[in-house]
Amino acid sequence: MATQHSRAAARMMISPAVLLLLCWMLIPLGLTIYFSFLRFNLIMPSGNEMVIGVFGHGLRVPGPEDFSGWENFYWFITDPSFQAAIINTLVLVGGVLLITVIGGILFALLLDQPMWGQGIVRILVIAPFFVMPTVSGLVWKNMFMNPVNGIFAHLAIGLGMEPFDFFSQAPLASIIWIVSWQWLPFATLILLTALQSLDQEQLEAAEMDGANWINRFFFVMLPHLARAITVVILIQTIFLLSIFAEILVTTNGGPGTATTNLTYLIYVSSLLQFDVGMGSAGGVIAIILANIVAIFLMRMIGKNLDA
Amino acid sequence: MGRIVLEKVSKSFGETEVIPALDLTIDDGEFCVFVGPSGCGKSTLLRLIAGLEDVTNGQILIDGEDATSVPPAKRGLAMVFQSYALYPHMSVRKNIAFPLRMAKFDKAEQDKRVAQAAEVLNLTDYLDRRPGQLSGGQRQRVAIGRAIVREPAAFLFDEPLSNLDAALRVGMRLEISELHKRLTTTMVYVTHDQVEAMTMADKIVVLRAGNIEQVGSPLELYRTPRNLFVAGFIGSPKMNFVNGSIAAKHNAATIGIRPEHVSVSSDAGDWPGKVGVSEHLGSDTFFHVTCEGIADPITVRVGGEVDLHYGDTVFLTPASDHMHKFDDKGLRIE
Repeated sequence: MATQHSRAAARMMISPAVLLLLCWMLIPLGLTIYFSFLRFNLIMPSGNEMVIGVFGHGLRVPGPEDFSGWENFYWFITDPSFQAAIINTLVLVGGVLLITVIGGILFALLLDQPMWGQGIVRILVIAPFFVMPTVSGLVWKNMFMNPVNGIFAHLAIGLGMEPFDFFSQAPLASIIWIVSWQWLPFATLILLTALQSLDQEQLEAAEMDGANWINRFFFVMLPHLARAITVVILIQTIFLLSIFAEILVTTNGGPGTATTNLTYLIYVSSLLQFDVGMGSAGGVIAIILANIVAIFLMRMIGKNLDA
Repeated sequence: MGRIVLEKVSKSFGETEVIPALDLTIDDGEFCVFVGPSGCGKSTLLRLIAGLEDVTNGQILIDGEDATSVPPAKRGLAMVFQSYALYPHMSVRKNIAFPLRMAKFDKAEQDKRVAQAAEVLNLTDYLDRRPGQLSGGQRQRVAIGRAIVREPAAFLFDEPLSNLDAALRVGMRLEISELHKRLTTTMVYVTHDQVEAMTMADKIVVLRAGNIEQVGSPLELYRTPRNLFVAGFIGSPKMNFVNGSIAAKHNAATIGIRPEHVSVSSDAGDWPGKVGVSEHLGSDTFFHVTCEGIADPITVRVGGEVDLHYGDTVFLTPASDHMHKFDDKGLRIE
């Protein structure tokens, strides 16, 4: 498979797929960047009235004459909710990462112990990962954290305490908790498999060398898990930067902007305020931020992935 | 310091008894080798001594003190594992220093002992490398280094050479023997390779299915194997066994004769036969000869190069003073 001829053939064969993927990525990206420089507001159209059917009510497709320079970016960034959204995004990602990595390690250690009903316990632990975000958001909102009907409220009342209204008193923490609950299985699974690949003789050698359990954990297990932890952090960061459904079905970004992250702010701009141009500008900013985070992550922990 | 005594030690995993009660004494400074085929319980026995497995019944005494329920780290033993079990994320220096660090030695003492061990094992130039950057033999030496810095009462080796290639194995065999002569610390060594056992041991313990078949010095086992199993296991190539009417002539159920104790002649001898496959090693030649009335081909050793070919007729004569006789239970007849 390594002759000149076969390599050329292989390139020809995969080129349609590569081209398709490229279009798939480049067209939306290109359009987003294009729209971000246009004045494109669905409720305040301006300029010539070239009505088209699809948009109905006198809307029109914006053209080059609507070019507005950096205005969309300027207004998006100076919006007071932008700063809140950035902070919320970082707190959300950081909080969930912290809980899932630490919790995942603890769960992995627990599940690695031989115990009765191991198979069933493992499946149960993985189960939350199969629940779709919207559903888990609603389940947590209505069945657990609801201050009137939720289980936590019942427990609090049963113990003679005031029920805690999670989404109004600790909205971001509640969202972090829900998202952590969803991602904990993923972290656990990856870390468990990593833990199982640890050579038992290394642990025995450490035991012979006089290392107690804590030393064995910090000197043998944790370094062995480093690579798996890196993978968990990288993959989860990518997905956590774009958390949306959980926020939409529980707090709607509120109270105020307490749970508005960047994704949710883009949604608000483009679909609640009908400002496509501003939403696109937010999208471009999100892409840039995600790349900055990715570069930092790669720099910081990417070296763990070599050899 | 390092006398290990096993008294009625047995081990079961659930219902399965892996090691029936056995007694064994390993004297201070002795190089003791546990040898036996795969699954004979030799590694389990070593792990019992190390404390990595719990003894089901019986007692383990180390230097006269009951160590049966003492945790591994407190027994004063050091173990070298088959996979070396080096810590891959630590440098060689840190690997060797690890037991000292765990025992809370101060930094200067750690450095001193690591330097000494590295000196002994020719590792001084590699101290800052990671195990992944070392060859198999060097990794083996790091594992030994990690064991010697603790100055243990005894070393336990669990098939340490089985991951090395043949040439390196011979070299490391010598190095470990050399180390034993220098340190004069008790060493317990597990292997399935009888050549390692013969060349290194002061005392060999032959195990089969958890039972001790025979204990003795290499030459004792070679000269007077107690039963058929030991006779067949010790010595390379294997001892030839003959039963039936030929054995009956010598008043035994089975007679055994080593390949080096059979003489070959092309005109006269006790057992006529045809030459089969021959193996030329240069210094020696091994012939596999099919003899009349003997089920298995007889292996014979002839010094140097001999002009015999496939299909030639030869006559074999066993040296009667080197013949081993066994009764119908497989036990040696004196």
